[in-house]
Amino acid sequence: MEIKFRIFRFDPDVDAQPYYKEYFVQAQGNERVLDCLNRIKWTQDGTLGYRMSCAHGVCGSDAMRINGKCGLACQKLVKDFDSGEILVEPLPSFRPLKDLIVDMNPFFERVAQIRPYLIASDTPEKERLQSPEDRKKMDLAIRCILCACCSASCPVANRDDAFRGPAPLVQAFRRIFDSRDEEKLQRLDQLNNKEGVWSCVNHFECTRACPKEIPVTKCINLIKAEIKKTG
Amino acid sequence: MEFIHDVVIVGSGLAGLRAALEIPVTAKVALLSKVFPTRSHSGAAQGGISAALGNEEPDSWEWHMYDTVKGGDYLTDQDAAETLARDAERAVYELEHIGAPFNRTSDGKIAQRAFGGHTRNFGEGPVKRACYASDRTGRVILDTLYGKAVEKSIQIFSEFVLIDLIVERGKVSGLVAYELATGELHTFRARAVLIATGGFGGVYKTNSNCFSNTGDGVYLSYRAGIPLEDMEFVQFHPTGIHGLGVLISEATRGEGGILRNNAGQRFMELYAPSLKDLAPRDVVSRAIWTEIREGRGVNGEDYVNLDLTHIGAERIEDKLSDISSFAKIYLGVDVTTDPIAVTPTCHYMMGGIPTDLNGRVLNRFNEPIVGLYSAGEAACVSVHGANRLGTNSLLDLVVFGRRAGKMIAEELKQLDFNNHSSNLDEVSRHRIESLLAPSHGERSFPIRNDLQTLMMDRCSVFRNEADMLKGLSGLESIKDRYKSIFIQNRNPRYNTDLTEALELECLIGLAETILKSAIARQESRGAHYREDFPNRDDKNWLKHTMIQNRSDGTEIFYKPVNISRFEPKARTY
Repeated sequence: MEIKFRIFRFDPDVDAQPYYKEYFVQAQGNERVLDCLNRIKWTQDGTLGYRMSCAHGVCGSDAMRINGKCGLACQKLVKDFDSGEILVEPLPSFRPLKDLIVDMNPFFERVAQIRPYLIASDTPEKERLQSPEDRKKMDLAIRCILCACCSASCPVANRDDAFRGPAPLVQAFRRIFDSRDEEKLQRLDQLNNKEGVWSCVNHFECTRACPKEIPVTKCINLIKAEIKKTG
Repeated sequence: MEFIHDVVIVGSGLAGLRAALEIPVTAKVALLSKVFPTRSHSGAAQGGISAALGNEEPDSWEWHMYDTVKGGDYLTDQDAAETLARDAERAVYELEHIGAPFNRTSDGKIAQRAFGGHTRNFGEGPVKRACYASDRTGRVILDTLYGKAVEKSIQIFSEFVLIDLIVERGKVSGLVAYELATGELHTFRARAVLIATGGFGGVYKTNSNCFSNTGDGVYLSYRAGIPLEDMEFVQFHPTGIHGLGVLISEATRGEGGILRNNAGQRFMELYAPSLKDLAPRDVVSRAIWTEIREGRGVNGEDYVNLDLTHIGAERIEDKLSDISSFAKIYLGVDVTTDPIAVTPTCHYMMGGIPTDLNGRVLNRFNEPIVGLYSAGEAACVSVHGANRLGTNSLLDLVVFGRRAGKMIAEELKQLDFNNHSSNLDEVSRHRIESLLAPSHGERSFPIRNDLQTLMMDRCSVFRNEADMLKGLSGLESIKDRYKSIFIQNRNPRYNTDLTEALELECLIGLAETILKSAIARQESRGAHYREDFPNRDDKNWLKHTMIQNRSDGTEIFYKPVNISRFEPKARTY
């Protein structure tokens, strides 16, 4: 079938303003939106810019806004959109650099600020012991691929740049609820403010957007509960 | 710009990151990556990382070493296999110590599961050796090492594409990188350069690799005159999603999954009576293709079924959740009730840049090239021989990545800059100008597509001389077409139209080394199966293939295999 794509285009070196360009692509229903973008770039318009790498929802490169919802172009299939027209835009609230490519550096800096590594002083001869129940507490959070769909979908983060946003909070969750980490209290303290968890008012947009089905809002609420419990 | 660094590491997967952690903070390090580090393809590794921890059942590093050697069809260098197996326990404990979230046994130890070709007591039966975090083991280790790199404040240059490696008079001078965001060329002078750019499955039409895996570091080393080792050994993973090539982990079979043909028959019982579905990948891929060629593909098509329906929903959720989501998204299949359609997919390159056990790149005389190192899939130690066992790759990355890092840290004390040429980027500037010169012509895509189809048809799971010679002559016309390639995008900002053309040169060059090495090897061993020479021939071919780009053409020569503990014998499973 023929699918109509409307794609956000903007090259600051060339264009005074962003604009939308239409493309028509022949595609099967079970093909990925990414397959269509590739077809456009490879056979119609080599100037189209977007990121991609693994093409199966593991690397997190091709996050974008598709028909108004943030997601991975490699995880959305043509048949998911029955209107016959697919609108593709860059992640909202991220600075567009070219077409669908946005500036990810501030996002990764925010992830770095929450200290995305285990803090532990002991080095036993073998592995540290951790019960399956303790391990299970992190099980959903370790699915995070840092694609930024959650942060881009968050109405609060879109409005208030000071808010760290959901993805760094998921990264923090992973360490706070890791029984091996020794700085849980410091980590909770870092998030016990408006920039941390308290700006979140449960819109659940992050949870709906997450391509790895992480219950992002629940993770944030569990951090809030942990702050109350320890504070 | 010209950057000057003590050490430049190219590639931000597990090998590059692990090496970077060994470099002392007093040295100025740059970590270059085509992508953001967490996008690296190590993250797509699913099933596990092997170590004979014995947490689930008795195990020993000698058994692991034996399996690695036998799995590699005795082409594995045994000093390398011994290093890998002996160091595995330390390496996995280290990953746990820095935070990797492995699944746990009921007594809190790292959980382990069975994997293809890993056995107890020198081949008696499957052993649980693969340490895992659900089916996203590579991803969580990548995140763990990235976190350590953040902690160590390692300077990362994301979206910098390696386009030239400069080696002069047997010593590394530096490299040239293309910055995607700006279109600028940068030179990096360095005392030490580590190539950890991974594999190049993109040579083949059906592959499990990411689009970024185009073997830039391997090809540019070859172009710089460094020989490549064992390039004919290309691993096809038995279970890629039919039509897509997306990996379905061997862990599915480690957890009890069964391959079935159109009659529902568990056909692996015929091909590997002892290990059955847990035979090594080369054996299983050949079995699947034999079933398909003999008309037993499902619905008469070119796939077989991977049946997980008896494993149980809870165990799948706990241990195989990512692959069940892939099946759901891409095939609309619920793996708890329906089988997954699978077909072999190009997955891993056993060959690559020859190194010693400490990551030092070797020239044709087996002497280190001063200041040049390699680790990971880009390198050929050779620890995987003619066929890599599942879970040995992640282990290779952290064991030999660390060893390369340590060697760099040690040799850095004596290394100085090679200032032989004042201008390192002249060739690259000319190359990009000439690529951008044509105003019309054929674009990358059809050329790349034809290359991938040619390699699939002429030099994949089953090979013979007639087909491969046709492949080689077909490659000549592809090279001709490449000479007049047309770049439609003329703008500097994120010009992936240009970088895809640069990558295509790497894929074409590497395809040629695969074809030529494969034509030369007149025997069948591991992943290299010759229909016209169906047997292994230790008398004539127990040796590594070396291929080198010389001014008068490509030259093929050989080097001996290191054999210490295990004399070659028949390989049955």
